[in-house]
Amino acid sequence: MLILTCPYCGVAAEETELHPGGEAHLTRHGPGSTDADFEWYLFARRNPKGVHFERWRHLYGCGKWFLAARDTVTLQVFGTYPAQSKYPPREIIAAIRADRPDWVPHWDEITGDSAPGVGNDPAPNPTPARDSFA
Amino acid sequence: MPEPSTPTARKPRRYSVFAIAREAMRLHSGWERAWADAQPRGRYKVVVIGAGGHGLATAYYLGKNFGITDVAVLEKGWLGGGNTGRNTTIIRSNYLQDPSAAIYDKSLKLYETLSQELNYNVMFSPRGLIMLAQTEHEVRGYKRTAIANHLQGVATRWIEPAEVKRLVPIMNIDGPRYPVLGGLYQERGGTARHDAVAWGYARACSQMGMDIVQNCEVAGVDIAGGRVRAVETTRGRIECDKLAIVVAGHSSVVAEMAGFRLPIESIALQALVSEPIKPCMDVVVMANTVHGYLSQSDKGEMVIGGGTDGFNNYTQRGSWQHVEETVRALIETFPMLSRLKMLRQWGGIVDMTGDRSPILSATPVGGVFVNCGWGTGGFKAIPGSGWAMAELVAKGAPGPLAADFGMSRFAEGRFIDESVAAGVAH
Ligand SMILES: Cc1cc2nc3c(=O)[nH]c(=O)nc-3n(C[C@H](O)[C@H](O)[C@H](O)COP(=O)(O)OP(=O)(O)OC[C@H]3O[C@@H](n4cnc5c(N)ncnc54)[C@H](O)[C@@H]3O)c2cc1C
Ligand SMILES: [Zn+2]
Repeated sequence: MLILTCPYCGVAAEETELHPGGEAHLTRHGPGSTDADFEWYLFARRNPKGVHFERWRHLYGCGKWFLAARDTVTLQVFGTYPAQSKYPPREIIAAIRADRPDWVPHWDEITGDSAPGVGNDPAPNPTPARDSFA
Repeated sequence: MPEPSTPTARKPRRYSVFAIAREAMRLHSGWERAWADAQPRGRYKVVVIGAGGHGLATAYYLGKNFGITDVAVLEKGWLGGGNTGRNTTIIRSNYLQDPSAAIYDKSLKLYETLSQELNYNVMFSPRGLIMLAQTEHEVRGYKRTAIANHLQGVATRWIEPAEVKRLVPIMNIDGPRYPVLGGLYQERGGTARHDAVAWGYARACSQMGMDIVQNCEVAGVDIAGGRVRAVETTRGRIECDKLAIVVAGHSSVVAEMAGFRLPIESIALQALVSEPIKPCMDVVVMANTVHGYLSQSDKGEMVIGGGTDGFNNYTQRGSWQHVEETVRALIETFPMLSRLKMLRQWGGIVDMTGDRSPILSATPVGGVFVNCGWGTGGFKAIPGSGWAMAELVAKGAPGPLAADFGMSRFAEGRFIDESVAAGVAH
C-alpha cells in the first residue's frame, strides 16, 4: 500500500486515507487561451513511466490537497510538498536526481518560459507556501 | 540497406475433427506451432506495435479486408502478455452512446463467428450478461440504456429482481447494503478464452505471411519531414510506410517517442480467481456500484474483476486493499464466495481517457495511427477495433466505425461519454 506523508498535518497516511488527484503543476488555462492550451490543460497528460508529480488529497485526515513526487513504476515516493508550490522543492529534486540520474525535468512546460532547472542547473526554489490555514 | 520485403505465407494446416483423429492415431506427434516466432526483417509496409488482441486483430483485418500482408507486429514481451492475457474476458455491447454501440456490437458479431473464421476455438460463450442495478441511480441509468440499446438495434432488456434471482440462484438480492433492484440483461453477452483470441489471430496472421516478433521493444520512432520512416527496436531498426501504435497501457510512452501527447492516464486494474468449484453460475454478473465483476470459468474458478487504483501506475500488480474492497462488497450479494479460497491475483495497466471511450485516430505524425484508450473494457472490442483500425491504417482515413473516435474530439468537445453510464465497467 502506498504511504504518503501529508505535508500539512504530518500524518503518514495510507492510500485508503488519501484521494488521488492526477498530474500536478498543470498550468491552468482559462477563457482567452488558445484551443490547444485549453485542450492540454483539460485532457492531455504526460502520464510518464517513471518520475511523476501529482496531486493528492488527505481526504480522511486534514482534508487538504498536497503534492507528491513518486515513481509510477516502482511506487517509490521521493517526497511530498504543499499544493501551493510552483516547483517541487530542492530536497525532492535532489532525492530524484540521486536515484534517477537520467531524469529530465520539464519545468519549461510548467512555467511556459525558458527552462529553469533543466539539465544541471539547480531547480528554482519553490514559491513559499501560502499560509495553509488562510 | 534493409533487406527487401519478401513475405512468405505459411501453408495453413487446418484444425478439424479429422486432424484430431489423425493425430490421435499417431500419438499427437504431428501438431505444429500455431504461429511462427519470426525474426524481424528490415522493412515492412505496416508495422504494428503491440501484440495484444487489438494489435493482432488490426494486422489480421489489414490482410483479410485490404490485402496488406507485408506487416510486422512487434511485441516487447510475449504474445498476449499484456492486458489481453490479464483480463476477465467479459464481452457485451450494451453501451449507451451510438458510436460505442456500433463498434462494440460489430465486435460482438465478429466474436460470434470468430472460431469458425479463424479456424481456432476462441471458446466464445454467449452465456448472457447481467449488469446489476443496486442503487436508484443505476435503475434509471440502465433503464435508459435499455431504451438506447433498443433504438440502436442492440437487444438488451431491463429485468426485475425476481428474474435476476431466477437466472443467478446463488445471489442474495435482499441487501441490506446494496439490494438488487433489477438489472440490464444482454442475452448475447458472455465470455471468451483470452489467450485463444490472441493465439487465433496470431496464427491467422502468420499464415498470411505476417511476422509476429516477440521480445522486440520499440524504443524510438524515426520521423523525417513530418512522416514516420522507421522504428528503433531492441532487435534493430525497422523501416515502415505506416505505423500503428496499439500498446494499451503504454500508449503515452510510445506517443512520446513519436513526439505527441495523448489524453490518456495509465492505471492498474486487477482481478483474482478462486479455487475451482462445481458449476454454480452460468451467466456473467457485473456489479458496477461495488466494482465487482463475476463469472465462472470453464475450469470452475470464480473469476472476479475488481476496481482500478486511482493513481498513475505502471506496476502491473494491483493492491490488497482493492482486493479486500471488491470481495467485501461482493460477498453481500454472493454469500457463498466467503467460503472460497482465492488462488491468484494479478494486475494489468489500463489506458484511461477522460470520456472513458477509446481513441482510433490519425496523429500529428504522417503515417502514424493510434488505437488506445480501451481502458478497463477493451477485450470485448478486439475484433471490432481491429476491423476499424485496419480500415483507418489502410485508407489513411477512418471508416464509419472509427470516425467518432478521433483524438480531436477532446479539443472539439465531442465526447463519447460512457463514464456517466457505467463508471469503470468492463
Ligand atoms: C484486470 C483486468 C480485467 C479486465 N477485464 C476486462 C473484461 O472483463 N472485459 C473487457 O472487455 N476488457 C477487460 N479489460 C480490458 C482489456 O484487457 C483491455 O482493454 C485490452 O486488452 C487492451 O488492448 P490490447 O489487448 O491490445 O492490450 P495489451 O494486451 O496490453 O497489448 C498491448 C501490447 O503492447 C506491448 N507493448 C507496449 N509497449 C511496447 C513497446 N514499446 N514495444 C513493443 N511492444 C509494446 C505490450 O507488451 C502489450 O503486449 C481488463 C483489463 C484488466 C487489466
Ligand atoms: Zn493531512
